[in-house]
Amino acid sequence: MTRKQKRLTLIGLAGLVLAAAVGLVLVALGDKITYFTSPTDLAEHRVSVGTRLRLGGLVEAGSIVRDGATVRFRVSDGVNAVPVTYTGILPDLFREGQGTVAEGKVGTDGVFAADSVLAKHDEKYMPKEVADALKQSGHWQEESGKAQPKSK
Amino acid sequence: MIVELGHYALVLALALAIVQSVLPIWGVAASDRSLMRVAGPAAGGQFLFAGLAFAALTWAHVVSDFSVTNVFENSHSTKPMIYKISGVWGNHEGSMLLWVAILALFGALVAWFGRNLPATLRANVLGVQAWVAVAFYLFVLLTSNPFARFGQAPMEGRDLNPLLQDPGLAIHPPLLYLGYVGFSIAFSFAAAALIEGRIDAAWARWVRPWTLAAWVFLTLGIAMGSYWAYYELGWGGWWFWDPVENASLMPWLAGTALLHSAIVMEKRDALKIWTILLAILTFSLSLLGTFLVRSGVLTSVHAFASDPTRGVFILVILVAFVGGSLAIFAARANTLTKGGLFAPVSREGALVFNNLFLTAATAAVFIGTLYPLLLEATTGGKISVGAPFFEMTFGPLMVPLLLVVPIGPFLAWKRGDLLAVAQRLAVVFALAILAVLVTWWLKRGGPVLAPVGVGIAIWLMLGALAEIGFRIKLFAEPLGVSLRRAVGLPGSTWGTMLAHFGVGVMLLGIVAESAWKVESILVMKPGETVRVDRFDLTYEGPQQVRGPNFDETIARFAVVEDGRRILTLEPSKRIFRTRTMPTTETAIATRDLFSQLYLSVGDARDDGGVAMRIYWKPMVLLIWIGCLFMAIGGTVSLTDRRLRVGAPTPRKTAAAAIALPEAAE
Repeated sequence: MTRKQKRLTLIGLAGLVLAAAVGLVLVALGDKITYFTSPTDLAEHRVSVGTRLRLGGLVEAGSIVRDGATVRFRVSDGVNAVPVTYTGILPDLFREGQGTVAEGKVGTDGVFAADSVLAKHDEKYMPKEVADALKQSGHWQEESGKAQPKSK
Repeated sequence: MIVELGHYALVLALALAIVQSVLPIWGVAASDRSLMRVAGPAAGGQFLFAGLAFAALTWAHVVSDFSVTNVFENSHSTKPMIYKISGVWGNHEGSMLLWVAILALFGALVAWFGRNLPATLRANVLGVQAWVAVAFYLFVLLTSNPFARFGQAPMEGRDLNPLLQDPGLAIHPPLLYLGYVGFSIAFSFAAAALIEGRIDAAWARWVRPWTLAAWVFLTLGIAMGSYWAYYELGWGGWWFWDPVENASLMPWLAGTALLHSAIVMEKRDALKIWTILLAILTFSLSLLGTFLVRSGVLTSVHAFASDPTRGVFILVILVAFVGGSLAIFAARANTLTKGGLFAPVSREGALVFNNLFLTAATAAVFIGTLYPLLLEATTGGKISVGAPFFEMTFGPLMVPLLLVVPIGPFLAWKRGDLLAVAQRLAVVFALAILAVLVTWWLKRGGPVLAPVGVGIAIWLMLGALAEIGFRIKLFAEPLGVSLRRAVGLPGSTWGTMLAHFGVGVMLLGIVAESAWKVESILVMKPGETVRVDRFDLTYEGPQQVRGPNFDETIARFAVVEDGRRILTLEPSKRIFRTRTMPTTETAIATRDLFSQLYLSVGDARDDGGVAMRIYWKPMVLLIWIGCLFMAIGGTVSLTDRRLRVGAPTPRKTAAAAIALPEAAE
């Protein structure tokens, strides 16, 4: 092989790998990402049935019903609320009136079937997506959501 | 008083760093040896003062001085001592102080061990190292001062986030930081080489031990973090493709690529510009990781209460260093002499193949991690990129790389003979295929790709062993000769074998855990029994226990295997008194050496039932044992005489007139 051929082989191989990587990333970005939605988006049918979604909001007070390992609750942004079902163990900081993010799909019956439910790791902290959704619906309270002041 | 001294020491460290960032490099430009010699003592002094500052904060935590804001917010007088100490870095300010202290440590190590580097290179490296230090001292002092006090001291502290009250906190962050910050040395060497406009194989030999050490720490830090999340969070997962995890995976992938490209540069004087670029990128990704984790742009357990000025400050540091170094790179890269070319089928070719796939995988993780942030900043759209994205992009990019790993070390430099390699690896290949068939037959009806995964894992492990086997002429020569040859093999050969073997071990664990885990989620009342895999678990009832700073409800489980009671497992829920925050403590039993029975308690029901998550995780421990093999491999490689820091170099490239060894000092 001449010098030129060697160089071309290397560049060709590199180009091939990069093209494959770019292709994979583009396909995955079109197909494998999850959109964030608020209860209002769902209530106004702005999302299609069967797509994978993240639903964020507050767990409506008094809405948690347990049935064996299945839990039903409602996620609200203060304007609308969406019923959610989830089978499994809820995170430690999952509480009524607190922020949560549920990931799953909404069914034809309008019930959001979650396969994972997240709460925050630290009681000072509000999931950012939830805070933004609450701000949008006008139910954001500065003092409850914001991290506590550094010093007094 | 001690706290104020700590604060003052940190300011002194900053002052020394400023001196160190200017004088040595000026000295190189002015060919003034006395100015260049400032670098060493300045680096030592910086470490002394940064270390004192860190010790002062530790002291404040140990004696629970709640007049210090940082101690008040993250400690409590009843907290066990180990968490008082590890709690020093269990918060934003303290962890950044640990960051700069480790940075100063590495600077001092370069000054001590780098005595026989060419004087100009040593001065430039320490100078660049000091730029990084100045930026981060300013960050700590201006935005994240851990020494701030209250006017009036509160009586009691607010305690540490209970999730962090775990031995994992004592180990995971320091290891991870040693890795992140260790890559700053590779960065400084790269920037110094660009400033000098001169680079050769000796440069690679000097950089490799530092990169290797940082890589070993980062490997251990990531593995430790993964195991911690596995047992502490109670979800049974060991990797979530969370942006924070990706933030540590990216420098690891780039650092792995750097290790391999530095070999080509050292042995064949090729891939020089690429290696320099990788060194810059690896540390840039470490900085990016620090930015993602510390700025509060992400929601995660690592993001402590956020303050927007900090995010902006780190972003400025990130842009300045990445932009600055890439600008120098663009301006100076083509002044560096280029290396020779080689045949595609050769050891160099295999290492280029490694670099291609590792960097492509890094890029995929980079896009998946940053795309949501970018999208939100530009269009306000909110998306999340999770495991499905990474499984689709990262997975396929890893497969060809893993397939080639055993072949690479068999190829000769310059021009390899693929046919000869195929003959040598034929037995290993046959055994791997056999493993696929046997696994497929044993686990009929399971996931289709799992047997292939097992085959690749066996291919990696046996391939690594075969390389050593052929090197020592095992079975071809008498055993004694083989043993003598084994002892004589260089450390880096053993290191390569161990690390590549570890990749196979880890893959085996990943495949087995993902494909054949058994999961049972149910509500159990006292006296009820559930069968999970071959175990019968009986819930015997709850039990209340009072811990030092928490109250605990233990759920006792009797585990029966083949009609015999083998053990009792006690998963629990803890409620920490100060923050009234619950945490889940899992109960894990290891069986069959590497497999684990994993119990985690959910919420209690009014009727006496309790929600349970029970897993049987076959061979799950291999995931972390594999990482341990990689880290041991890296460490063994470090003992290689040719790599020892400051080892005499065959080619003293003292081209510049003043580049005499500093040993005369």
